[in-house]
Amino acid sequence: MTVEGIGARVARKEDKRFITGKGRYVDDMAVPGMKHAAFVRSPHAHARIGSINAEAAKGMPGVIAVLTGGEMAADGIGNLICGWMIHSKDGSPMNMGAWPALASETVRFVGQAVAVVIADTKGQARDAADAVEVAWEELPAVSDVTSALAEGAPQIHPEAAGNLIYDWEIGSKPEVDAAFQGAAHVCRIELTNNRLVPNAMEPRAALAQYDAADDHFTLWTTSQNPHTARLVLSAFYNVAPEHKLRVIAPDVGGGFGSKIYIYPEEIVCLWASKKTGEPVKWTGDRSEAFLTDAHGRDHVTVAEMAFDANNKILGFKIDTIANFGAYMSLFSSAVPTYLYATLLSGQYDIPLIHCNVRAVYTTTAPVDAYRGAGRPEATYVVERMMETAARELGVSPAELRRTNFIREFPHQTPVIMMYDAGDYDASLNAALAASDYDGFGARKAEAERRGKLRGIGISCYIEACGIAPSKAVGSLGAGVGLWESAEVRVNPVGTIEVLTGSHSHGQGHETTFAQLVASRLGVPLDNISIVHGDTDKVQFGMGTYGSRSGAVGMSAISKAIDKVEAKAKKLAAHLLEASEGDIEIADGEVRVAGTDKKLGWHEVCLAAYTAHNLPDGMEPGLKEGAFYDPTNFTFPAGAYVCEVEIDPDTGHTDIVSFVAADDFGRIINPLIVEGQVHGGIAQGIGQALLEGCVYDEGGQLITATFNDYAMPRAHDLPSFNVSTTETICPSNPLGIKGCGEAGAIGSPPAVMNAITDAIGNNDLSMPATPEKVWRALRAAGGGMREAAE
Amino acid sequence: MVTVTMTVNGRQVSKEVEDRRLLVDFLREDLGLTGTHVGCDTSQCGACVVHLDGKAVKSCTVLAAQADGGSVKTIEGLANGADLHPLQAAFKEHHGLQCGFCTPGMIMSGVDLIERHPDGLDEKTVRVELEGNICRCTGYHNIVKAILAAAEEMRGGMRQAAE
Repeated sequence: MTVEGIGARVARKEDKRFITGKGRYVDDMAVPGMKHAAFVRSPHAHARIGSINAEAAKGMPGVIAVLTGGEMAADGIGNLICGWMIHSKDGSPMNMGAWPALASETVRFVGQAVAVVIADTKGQARDAADAVEVAWEELPAVSDVTSALAEGAPQIHPEAAGNLIYDWEIGSKPEVDAAFQGAAHVCRIELTNNRLVPNAMEPRAALAQYDAADDHFTLWTTSQNPHTARLVLSAFYNVAPEHKLRVIAPDVGGGFGSKIYIYPEEIVCLWASKKTGEPVKWTGDRSEAFLTDAHGRDHVTVAEMAFDANNKILGFKIDTIANFGAYMSLFSSAVPTYLYATLLSGQYDIPLIHCNVRAVYTTTAPVDAYRGAGRPEATYVVERMMETAARELGVSPAELRRTNFIREFPHQTPVIMMYDAGDYDASLNAALAASDYDGFGARKAEAERRGKLRGIGISCYIEACGIAPSKAVGSLGAGVGLWESAEVRVNPVGTIEVLTGSHSHGQGHETTFAQLVASRLGVPLDNISIVHGDTDKVQFGMGTYGSRSGAVGMSAISKAIDKVEAKAKKLAAHLLEASEGDIEIADGEVRVAGTDKKLGWHEVCLAAYTAHNLPDGMEPGLKEGAFYDPTNFTFPAGAYVCEVEIDPDTGHTDIVSFVAADDFGRIINPLIVEGQVHGGIAQGIGQALLEGCVYDEGGQLITATFNDYAMPRAHDLPSFNVSTTETICPSNPLGIKGCGEAGAIGSPPAVMNAITDAIGNNDLSMPATPEKVWRALRAAGGGMREAAE
Repeated sequence: MVTVTMTVNGRQVSKEVEDRRLLVDFLREDLGLTGTHVGCDTSQCGACVVHLDGKAVKSCTVLAAQADGGSVKTIEGLANGADLHPLQAAFKEHHGLQCGFCTPGMIMSGVDLIERHPDGLDEKTVRVELEGNICRCTGYHNIVKAILAAAEEMRGGMRQAAE
């Protein structure tokens, strides 16, 4: 480890602009003549659009245009797509209903846009949007999956009979059923995984500019993957061909999955900028974010696990219904299938697994990947099951896990995944030690003396990141490859620009990626710039999600560095009259090993560009690119221990200790990795204790502001005790597994296991609000004061 | 329309604005001070916190006209030239920010918090008094750490000045 290289705890290079107010987010952008868009949105969950009367709005001050879906369709703008094909178990393709960017016939969730007003100012646009009159013919709504699947439920899309998008399975049900026949014990649980709203702090925004002279569009947008946005906008929405569309994702204020997708507003702003001949900006407000950002989770699950007499798992059966909302968002179909069911083996050696997943339309906002995407849902099922089974079997939760841990690698699970490396005992032992698990009994007794209930819960999660070899995901139905690209440009003076297809929206790539370069080429961090987020600068890339920027994005950079290094060594060997194999690059120098012969790094770089004395056949310049396609998923794993104290009078839960021991493989910057874990845990605790997106029976979103949707605040959370164990990932050149989502994946079951331990009632759903905890405690006959009376 | 005149980061400005102009929009759009952010529409998130006449306020909940005659300090005016405010430096050192969007409001609230507790701060006080600022990235762990570290450093500075 060097001061600045791989493994160093370096403060972030990008911070200065953010702490001085000089970040450049989309809403900070302004171009001359810029106009503002405001959307007319449906107040109904399900309605036919009778007519749209915009005459009054068009006459209002500053209004330039009021545009509707009919005009959009007439201009050939395509419907939104879902990019991952899933087939039902009967072989039929998923039933996808049409999703136009502006609805012209039917709306299917509150907040769906039907028209857009373009005006001189934001205020004028909003005033005029309020004046657009829509004649709605209300239709019946359905918000939850059970009601949507019921006989006689409102039919949401003509393409999906009974609102069923697909009925998919993995594994052999008869084989698993047979394994259950010989079980000594079967544990059964019913769970809901509560619906969440991602709520990146920066609301989505788009600024579109059309240049008629060049027939060229520029879009500044809040995207985690600007190249995918350009591809989809071009190939499917017919907004512009790719070479006539520049997409820029500048500083982006958090994503958590919600900014992967290409939303109607971006499409509309681009189209409207050409239609009106004016640059058009839209910035969502928080209520629009609640109404229209893709939500996360929302599963209903029944699971059964069979054990033999030695507490070894014989088989696992899972039946899940996933709420997709009103339309199939870009990667929605993959989330409860290949990102969920494939992780149901957890950290355990389970011989047989069967999982059935039904995806269902409801008249609610679309649901897609949110931090963890399928893996938190899988971990929640597996880890609530393990803790519940341990209680039923009368063994310690740690022991039951140890009895079933996978200890030999590679390990082929029955659900596609081949785990490449891990040491689950190491992370569990580290977490138990850090939480003083053995001392819990004394702490519980002490709390009891104060009239409080203590509980402790474990969660041993595994996830899959990267995301995967393009060929593999292609065979599973993905419409894209999941590789990454990089270009390393060495300037004549030896400074370096790295162009990456990854996108940083808080992850600190400008620092960590530079640390890799510094380690490999001996150049100080200050002499390295990371360029991302602009399709005119970076040729192509797949963006940032699925904790993939380290494992895949940095691997691409590493491959490009290999080529730069090879060329620099060849040139240096020529200049120093030495053998290529003897050249080493370090500390700003290019040396002949074991001699005092050397050149400065900058001298070699300059020589590449002056080209006065190059080896025969060598091209001038020092710039190399690489595409990296992963050979496998990566498998971060870890153990979390949560300890809670509950006030039996109020049901309020205090998290008194939260310990995380994660195995992320090789770590580039511990400071940044810890920050990622902190943030993930906060979101997971938020899911477990606070956050719940609620639609009423009529499809109205009850939780549409920060007044109504409980975001975790500083006083809701403790300081966290995080540490790492390390097994190097063998599936990429850097040994990295990924750390962006683990916290959100591993923490919810740890919290719920702790609370249910404290109150002695397992029948408790997330979010475990004080009211729910209080009721569950009473239902279990608990409540110490009552008991004492 | 109404004419508003105020001091922003030590510079006097005067503009004619709509009566309904919010202070945050005045700062962002009329003055181009885009460091102050808007993260919600219900005065909950605190991304818009600035100092008005020495007190932390949510600039999304103050009309520009209400700030007429006042003195506003935004994140852009916090550093002393090239010298970062101790809390800005602490946010960097302790990795108190990730996406950076809540950061200006967090720092402006944090400075106010430190100044209101000249005798020092503990973790609980920091957590309770950050109630009005939401961060989605950091889990607050390092924000709390940064505020405590800066508070300690600023107290040290004050003690030195007093001696």
